[in-house]
Order: sequence, then structure tokens, then C-alpha cells
Amino acid sequence: MDWRRFLFILLIIAILFGVVVLIGKAQVSPLVIIMSMLATTLMVATPLTLGALSGVFCENAAVINIGIEGMMLAAAFFGWLAAIYMNSIFHYPTMPSLIVGVIVAVLVGGLLGLLLAVLSVTFKVDQIIGGTVINILAVGITGYLNRQLFFEKGSIFHGNVPHAPGVLPTLHIPVPEALSAVCNLLPSPQGCLEFANALGKVFDQRPIAIIAIVLVFVSHYVLFYTRWGLRTRAVGEHPRAADTVGISVEKVRYANVIIGGLLAGLAGAYFTIESVPSFEPLMTNGRGFISLAAMIFGNWTPIGAWTAALIFGAAQAMQINLQFFRELIPPQWAFLQISYIVGLAPYILTMIILTGIVGKTIPPAADGQPYEK
Amino acid sequence: MPDRAEKTSTGHIGGVLRSLAESPIWVPLLAILTAMIVGGIVIALTGGNPFAAYAGLLQGALGSKKALSETAVWATPYIFAGLAVALAFKGGLFNIGAEGQLALGAVTAAWIGYALPDVLGVSIPPVIHISLAVGGGMLAGLIWSAIPGALKAYTGGHEVINTIMMNYIALNMTSYLLNGPMKDPSPTNVIARTPQIAESARIPPIFPGLRVHWGFVLALVVAFITWWLLWKTTLGFEIRTVGANPDAARYAGISVKRIIILTMAFSGLLAGLAGAIEVTGLNYRHELGFSIGYGFDAIAIALLGKTHPLGVVLAALLFGAMRNGATRMQFLTQIPVDVISVIQALILLFVAADAIIRYIYRIKAPAERVVLTRGWGG
Repeated sequence: MDWRRFLFILLIIAILFGVVVLIGKAQVSPLVIIMSMLATTLMVATPLTLGALSGVFCENAAVINIGIEGMMLAAAFFGWLAAIYMNSIFHYPTMPSLIVGVIVAVLVGGLLGLLLAVLSVTFKVDQIIGGTVINILAVGITGYLNRQLFFEKGSIFHGNVPHAPGVLPTLHIPVPEALSAVCNLLPSPQGCLEFANALGKVFDQRPIAIIAIVLVFVSHYVLFYTRWGLRTRAVGEHPRAADTVGISVEKVRYANVIIGGLLAGLAGAYFTIESVPSFEPLMTNGRGFISLAAMIFGNWTPIGAWTAALIFGAAQAMQINLQFFRELIPPQWAFLQISYIVGLAPYILTMIILTGIVGKTIPPAADGQPYEK
Repeated sequence: MPDRAEKTSTGHIGGVLRSLAESPIWVPLLAILTAMIVGGIVIALTGGNPFAAYAGLLQGALGSKKALSETAVWATPYIFAGLAVALAFKGGLFNIGAEGQLALGAVTAAWIGYALPDVLGVSIPPVIHISLAVGGGMLAGLIWSAIPGALKAYTGGHEVINTIMMNYIALNMTSYLLNGPMKDPSPTNVIARTPQIAESARIPPIFPGLRVHWGFVLALVVAFITWWLLWKTTLGFEIRTVGANPDAARYAGISVKRIIILTMAFSGLLAGLAGAIEVTGLNYRHELGFSIGYGFDAIAIALLGKTHPLGVVLAALLFGAMRNGATRMQFLTQIPVDVISVIQALILLFVAADAIIRYIYRIKAPAERVVLTRGWGG
């Protein structure tokens, strides 16, 4: 990633963090606020990171995936439904039910990835229309089943939405402990220990958030250091050349679009199995589309896309953390009290980033074009 | 198309049949049929009776004078919004933002309808007041879509993502306005909605006792105007040329940037009109959440209508009939109205992927592929 874009990302994140620190410092120390913002940012960026990775795989194989939003929504619903079924109807304990839920979510994402591949690779449907079909289908199916299964007379749960078995537990990565052990070796460990203590929150993350970050680096390795990645990028940049040397353009595209679907499915699981234990129609709220913007800004690379996703995570974290300091907001900044206005930040940032004022990025050369032999 | 059938049928039944079989209306019709069959399977799998459901749907959509009126009422915003999306497609642009443009059109029309007489301190004569409200709604929609249009023309920011972002911004703005400054102040009101608009800003119904209003007629007129604009004016030719091949358009001396912005502006104007007409002709106020889903439905309608104004009108009538009939269906069979969204999504799937329909029903593919949208680069 070029330094200009990296500086821009740092600057925006610093501004978003700075606003919260400036307002909250009267009550809470800046260090604690920064760590808490960092923890929230990593958490809420999870679906964006996974969504952006989904786009990275699809588009490096030259298939535009505008259906990430719908894949996430459908996966969120069916994963949640599977967890409820396992727990309330088959009486499995909580953890196995949740794990089945995550697996179902991932598979539903993969299935929709397969649908996108069938539409765009085999039937050569306009890819943006194909993705839109998936988005509309997901809204329709989840809305219908949500009503039919839970809220109608004679539905399986007789009008009572059963409680989902809960959410995935928080895992603690013992980095702060390791740091405090190092601190104790120092002559004056006070400040260092305080820092280690504040760091605790950042390393309390739930499983999908952790997996998402691991997957960023795995994807980077796969795309740039393996034969698979080389073939994928060849198919995305110059399918005819790839075809000539014996790579099956169709197979590579199918595989990558399905991988993209699986990733979007995991992002869906974040909503109903990791973040909250419930489903609401349209709950993905544009995250799939913001992921695409992150992917574009990240120049179609996994690490770039992840850092871009963190900007949007930070914007959302600002909105969440400002709620704790509502009374501290000075009157001349009163607009920050209105969540409708603060909530605009990710959307406006997306539009600014897409203008390319912080450097244009270049899509894979064959992106969006069906391959005709 | 009938004219093609006449040309090729020189007394040979086979020729007539062949040209009938190649007619472009088959794919949409078979797409609808296939979607209804798959939708019926979905209903059966989730514990409903598809035959009872479709009977209820038909009865609710066309079974009485009132049912027909309600179908027209539903179809009215669909025609406007479908035309909005179709017009953008003709110019090679994908406007997913009809939803936000429609909502802002509705809010603006509502404000002009209830607040303008007080602001000016005079009562406004009906015809002028209606025109102001509707015109204001059109302008709001136009501005909201011209922004992504300009971003596309000057920076290359893709209109698909930008119009979606503008949807969320519009949704936040209307939520803020309807919960705050524009909220209906009557003491019993707890809903996020505006006050009722003045009598002078209301479009009257066509028949006494039925809800269908002159906005429906206006929708048909606007569909004709859109057709005229696209096929009978220089601007329309330029829009279609840019849509078909921007490079060729540039060589021919057309300002592609200007056409992109104008196409998006017209598209948003039509979507804003949809919102304004709903407020002035039907609801007499704007309420939060009434417009959820119009934007996506409009895409399906535009594609089902093959982006032709006449096709859009027919597709909008079909969707209106389905939405309207669904209420009766739910009343009779307890199957939620949301099933209509599934069927509509399936229709869109089969229309978009017409190769599937051609494969199932063995219909020959057309000679040329129609380009609808463009990737990030174009």
C-alpha cells in the first residue's frame, strides 16, 4: 500500500479517536478511552474485514460481487435459525449449537457464492445484476421465513421467538499479562503496568473477530505466495493468457467466488451468533456495500482492505463510545448527540474514499468481464 | 413483437409460430411462470397451501372494483420508480438509490404540503399548491441523484455504491426529521410521521369512494413522456448512445460527463416524483418506513420490463397486483405477505439470468448481448 493512503487511514482514525478522547477526557483517562476505542474498532470492523476479503477473492478472479450484503444477511438468518433449532428443538448444549450455527452460516454464504458463480461464470449474467438478485433474494427469503416461522399462527414456534442459545464467548489473549511480566523487570514499572492493564480490553475478543484478523494474513499469503493465488490473479488480469497455459478460467473463478461466499457467510455469523443473539430483518445495514468500498480503497489486497475496514470500524466505534459521554458533549458540538448525524460518518467516508482524492486504485484488468473462449 | 410476426408470416403457419417463439415477451412471461412455480414450492415447504394462496392473491388483486382500484394505487409509485431505474439503465447507469430519492421526494412534498401555507402566511390555491409540492419532491430526488451522477462523471466513484450510501444518508435524515423537527405535533401521535398536508395540496381521487387518484394517470403520461424523451429527442439518443458505448459516444462528440449527470438527475427526478405522488395523492403525509423496499422493487420492475417504458408499466401493474393481492392472501391463508418478496426476487433472478429460462424452455438466444451496467473501471 502506498504511504499516502496509509497516512490518510492513520489520520482519519486519529481524528475519530481524538473526538472521543477530547469529549470523554474529563471523566476517563485518554489511555483508557483509546484502548476502549481500539477494542470496539477491531470488534465492529469484523464483518467489514470479512466482507472485504470476500470481495478480494471474487474480484481477483474478475467476478464483481455486489451480493456480499445479501450473502451476509442470509447467512446471519440461517446460522441463527440453525443454532435455535439445535438448542431448542434438538436440545443440544449451547456451545455445539452455536458452532453448528456458524458452520451453517458459512455454508449458506458458500451456497450463495455458488449461485453467483453459476450466474456470472456459466450463464454470463451481468455481474452487478447477478449480485443484486442475490441481495433482493436474501431480503425476501429472510423476511418471509422470519415471519412464517416465528410470528404467524400455526408457525413452528407458535408466535414466540425462542431465545437463541446466546453468543460466542469472549476469548482472552494473554498479551497484557506477558507485557506486565516484562514491565515488572523495569526499574519504575508504574506507567508500563497501567498501559498493560488498559491493553487488556483490546485482547478480549470474540472468536470470529480473531479469525477475521488471522484470515487477513492467510489470504495475503494465499493470494501472493501460492500457486493458487498466482492462478487466481492470472485469471483476473488476463484470462486468455491463463487459458492458454492450461489454467481452467471457469474452475478458478468458481472456486474463488465460492470462497468469497464462505467468507461473507462467516461475516453473517458475526451478526447473529457473535454480536447479538437475535435476528432482525435488514440487520446488515449496508455493511456488505461498505466492505466493497473498503476493498476498493485497499486496492484489492487483503491487508489494504483490512486497514480500510478499520476506518469504518473506527467511525462506528466513535458512534458507540460517544453514547457513554452524552452529557459531556459541549453545546457547540450538540450535533454529536444526534445519533442520526454521527451515524452518517461511515457512509460519507465511503463516498469520499470512492472519489479517489486519496489516490486512485486499479481493479484487476478483467474485473467484471465474462470470459468467452 | 407483432410487426415482426407480420413480416415473416407470408401465409406459413410455421413462420408465424417461429416468430412468436422468438418474440422477446416470452422470456419475461416464462420467468414469471417459473417464479410462481418455485414460489409455490417454497409456500408448500413452509407449511402453506400454494393453490389457496394464489387464489387469494388473484381475488385480492383483481376480484372487485375496489381490488382493481387498489392495484392501480400500488402500481402508481412502482411505475415512477421503475421508470427511474429503467431510464438510468438506458444510460448505462445503475441507480440503486431510488429508495432514498423517493423518501426525500416524499419528505419534501409533505413539508410543502403542510408547512408552506403557514410559512407564507397565505392559503395557496389547490392547483398551484399541488404543483409546488410535487415539483419540490421532484427537485429533491433530482438533487439526491445528481450528486452520485456528478461523482461518477468527474471522479469515477461507482454509482452503485454511492447511490446505496446516499440511501442510508437519506434514511438517517428522514428518521431525524420525522422524529424531530417535522414530527406530527398532535398530542396523541407517537409515530415518526409528518402532520397531514393541507387540503389544497391533495391530488383528488378519480372516482368517488375509491382510492385510485389522478397520480395513476400522471404515471401513465410520464411513462409516455419517458418513451418520447428516449426515442424521439436528441437528448434521448445521446443517453442511449452513452449507455450502449461511451467510447463511441465520445468520438461522436457527445459530452459523456454531461449525459451521465443528466441521466442520473432525470432518474432521481422520477424517483422523487414517486414519493411526492404517494404523499399528495394517497397518504397525505410521510411516515417513516412506508417506502422500505421500493428501491429494490423498482430494479426488478425495470429489468422485468426490459427497461422499456411500456414494459415498465406492465411490470409495475403486475407487481402492484401482487402486493395488493397479498393482503387478501394473508387474510385468507395466514401466509405472510412477505412471500411476495420471494416471488419477486425469483422473477428478477429468472429475468436477469434469462439464459436459465432459455435453457429450461429451449428458447433461442438473441444475437446480441445488451450491456446494462459497467464494472468499477468504466
